[in-house]
Amino acid sequence: MRKPEFIYVSYIETTPEKLWEALTSSEFTKRYWWGTSVVSDWKVGSPFKLVMNGTTTDDGEVLEVDPPRRLSYSFHHVLNERAKQEQPSRVTFVLEPHGKLVKLTLTHEGFAPDSVVLDGISQGWPAILSSLKSLLESGTALAIPLSCMAG
Amino acid sequence: MNIEKFKPAIVYTIYIASTPEKVWEALTSAEFSRKYFSGFAIEAELRVGGAFIARAPDGSVHISGEVFECDPPKRLTITWNVNWPDLVEKLGPTLVTYEIEQAGDAVKLTMLQSHDRPIDDDILSGGRAGWPAILSNLKSLLETGAPLAIRMEPPRRMLAALKKLGIGTP
Repeated sequence: MRKPEFIYVSYIETTPEKLWEALTSSEFTKRYWWGTSVVSDWKVGSPFKLVMNGTTTDDGEVLEVDPPRRLSYSFHHVLNERAKQEQPSRVTFVLEPHGKLVKLTLTHEGFAPDSVVLDGISQGWPAILSSLKSLLESGTALAIPLSCMAG
Repeated sequence: MNIEKFKPAIVYTIYIASTPEKVWEALTSAEFSRKYFSGFAIEAELRVGGAFIARAPDGSVHISGEVFECDPPKRLTITWNVNWPDLVEKLGPTLVTYEIEQAGDAVKLTMLQSHDRPIDDDILSGGRAGWPAILSNLKSLLETGAPLAIRMEPPRRMLAALKKLGIGTP
């Protein structure tokens, strides 16, 4: 059995600096992440949270910051009753120049077996990162209804 | 061959600003595939039992298979067998399924690579590296009209693992 984790790789025509900004600035994330703000001062040990339309959905702590190469934070879902009970997981973004592109590798790990958060993020990340790629390459994010993430 | 026995080993989902029909065409036509799939031409007889081929830029048949499910523009299942000596004999066939769904104004494309037996992570590393590159490129091509300039390294970890099994690799 592979350990419970989610890994997603995307190749994006952009620079590591722009991709870093898109991952860490709410001005960008609101455009491709269902209106979600990422709230943090991005210092190691600082709090981190995701806020969607005024409601905090997830929180955690900044674990690694090495712009524009590597960003890691702990991730604890706080809305859904069952997901709330789970241990915090860990999100890591690795940004690598790849010719004229950037290879983005997301690893989300540290889940308990049968994690409902793992199910949720396995649906969410491909949509979020597809929309991010569209925004950086074409200037327009995708309009994926949040309802497509259910079930 | 009973495709019910196959289990997904690699799943990759990507959302594309396009239509299901255009995504289907991009997955099944040589004109598109040459642009996003390292110059490879997909030649598919789009009916159950039809032949499925990926032809290398030098004209040789690199991947050959058969169509098992064909429901345009929603679902295509094919065998995806790389023509290296003894590969299918030792690992069994590789099955690839594309699922195409409307998701608001976008299209959700899910690729599933399935096998009828457990496959070592070293061997799966080839597909885990390859699919994100191919499908990132397909998305860019459909959205911006221009493919990405992705230069892929040979899948060394996979090639070493295949060699160890006595499978003929380039």
